[in-house]
Amino acid sequence: MKEQSELMLDGNAIGGLLSEIFTMEMTSAEGKCAGCGAVNAIGRVHVYMNGPGAVVRCPDCTSVLMRIVHGNGRYWIDLSGLRVLEFAES
Amino acid sequence: MILKWQVAKVTAITAETPRVASLSFHVPGWQGHLAGQHVDVRLTSDDGYQAQRSYSIASAPEEKGVTITVERLDDGEVSPYLVGEVRQSDSLELRGPIGGYFVWKAGDPRPVLLIGGGSGVVPLMAMIRHRALAGSRTPVRLLYSSRTFDDVIYRDELDRLAAAGDGLAVHHTLTRSRPPGWKGYTRRLDRPMIDDVAWPSEQTPIVFICGPTPFVEAAATLLVERGYDPAWVKTERFGATGG
Amino acid sequence: MAFISRGFRGKRRDETTSSRVPPGQHTVNDFPVLSAGPTPRPDLAHWSFSIVGEIDAPRTWTWEEFRKLPQEEITVDIHCVTKWSKLDTKWKGVSVDTLLDGVDTAAEFVVAVSDGGYTTNMPLDEITDKKAWAVYEYDGQPLHPEHGGPARLLVPHLYLWKSAKWVRGLKLVKEDEPGFWETNGYNNHGDPFKEERYWGD
Repeated sequence: MKEQSELMLDGNAIGGLLSEIFTMEMTSAEGKCAGCGAVNAIGRVHVYMNGPGAVVRCPDCTSVLMRIVHGNGRYWIDLSGLRVLEFAES
Repeated sequence: MILKWQVAKVTAITAETPRVASLSFHVPGWQGHLAGQHVDVRLTSDDGYQAQRSYSIASAPEEKGVTITVERLDDGEVSPYLVGEVRQSDSLELRGPIGGYFVWKAGDPRPVLLIGGGSGVVPLMAMIRHRALAGSRTPVRLLYSSRTFDDVIYRDELDRLAAAGDGLAVHHTLTRSRPPGWKGYTRRLDRPMIDDVAWPSEQTPIVFICGPTPFVEAAATLLVERGYDPAWVKTERFGATGG
Repeated sequence: MAFISRGFRGKRRDETTSSRVPPGQHTVNDFPVLSAGPTPRPDLAHWSFSIVGEIDAPRTWTWEEFRKLPQEEITVDIHCVTKWSKLDTKWKGVSVDTLLDGVDTAAEFVVAVSDGGYTTNMPLDEITDKKAWAVYEYDGQPLHPEHGGPARLLVPHLYLWKSAKWVRGLKLVKEDEPGFWETNGYNNHGDPFKEERYWGD
C-alpha cells in the first residue's frame, strides 16, 4: 500500500508543466508563501500531482501555494497562495 | 524557453542491472543540458492513449546525445515498456532539459555530498560524470543506498572513477543483503553513517539528495539534525508514483 | 497528433462499453490513491462529525456516537474525473439521510468540509434521498487513511472528487459555495454520465 509520503513530490516534478505555462525555467524561481511568508525555490516546495490537478504546498506551513488544472485544452491556475514569485530572465 | 516535444531515436540500450537499463537518444537540435536536469518522456499508443513520465538525464553535458536510466517497476505502466520492449532505432517523444534548481556545475568550489537511494543515483551520476569530463577536482562524496549488490547501478564505473584518486569518494550501503566479503555499510541511512560521510559544516558543503520521497525526507532530516543549514541541501523526490 | 510509440499499450485498460461505465472512463482493478495534500491523521478521541450552518441546532457526533448510528452496507460504482471507474465497490457507513433526519433548513446547498481544508459543494437534494453516505469501512475493512479514513463522504452518482476524504462535517448554506476543485476549473456539478468534468462542460 502506498504511504502518503510516497505520493508527495517536489517542484522538480512540475518543471515540465510550469514550462508549458511560463516561458522561463521555473524550478529555481523563488516563491513567498502568502500564508507564512516563507521563501522557497519551486524545486523545494511540496507537490501533489497524482490527483485531478497539481497542488503545490509550502514546505514550511503546508498551505496551498498554487493549484494547476489542465484539461479540455485549457489551464486553470491559482497562484493566490503565493504573495510573490521571483525569477530571472532566461 | 518554451520546451517542445521532440521525436528522439534510441541509439543504444545498456543493461545496468537486472531491472535497470540506460537508453541513449539522438535528439535533433538538442541545446545541451546541466547535470541534474531531467526530461519528460511521452508515449502514445495507437488508440491515442498517452502516458508521460519524468526521467533524470544520466549523461554528462559533455557527452553526445542524451541518456536516461530507467528502473522497471513491476506494476508500472511506462517503465516496463522502456525496459523490456523498446529496441534500438525505436523513437519516442521527449522534451527537455527541465530543471534549474537541482543542478550542479563544475566550477562551484564547495565540497559536494551526493546521497542517492536506488534509481535516485541517476542525476547524481550525471554530476559525477560531468565532474570527471570537466577535469574538476572539487571534493565529492557519494553515499549510495541500494537493496542488494546486484542492484547497484553503474557499479564498475563508480569503482573506476573513485580509484582515480582525484577527490571522488564513493560509499555504498546495501539494505537487504550483502555479498561475501562486502566492506561497505549494510543498513539504512542513519545518523552514524551520515556523520562518517558528511563534510564538516565549517566547509559549507552543498548536498544533493535524490530517491524515493521517504528516503529523501530521512536523509535531509539527518543532515539538518547534525547541523547542516537547510539552504545547503537540495532534494529531488522520485516518489513511488508513475513507473 | 503525437508520435505513436511502437508497441506501447499502457496498463491493460478495460475499454468496456458497459452502460455502467460513463463516457471517457475505463475500469480498474486496483484502487488508485489521489491526493491534494498530506494525509490527515486525526486522533479519534477528538474526532467529530458536525452539521452546521443553516440549521437551528447544529449537530455533532463523537467517533463513538457516530459508529452507533444506524449503518448500511452499500455496493456502488465510483468514477474519478481522472478517467478511472471502479465497479461494485463495497462500503459501510451512515446514510446522510440519517445524519439530516429531522433537520429543518432553508439551505439548498451543502459544503462538505474535511481535515486539511478540502471542501466540495453540492445541492442539498443531491446528497439526500439515498444518494450519499459518510462511510468508514471499505471492502470489509476500516477505511484506510490514504482512502480518506477514518470517514469520507461517498456520493457515487457524481465524480469522486465530490466524495470528500477525511470528512468532518457538512455546512448547510443558502447560496452555493464552490469548493476546492470547483473554484479551479472543475465542473460545479460533476455528473459522470454527462461528462461534466470542467467549467463549461
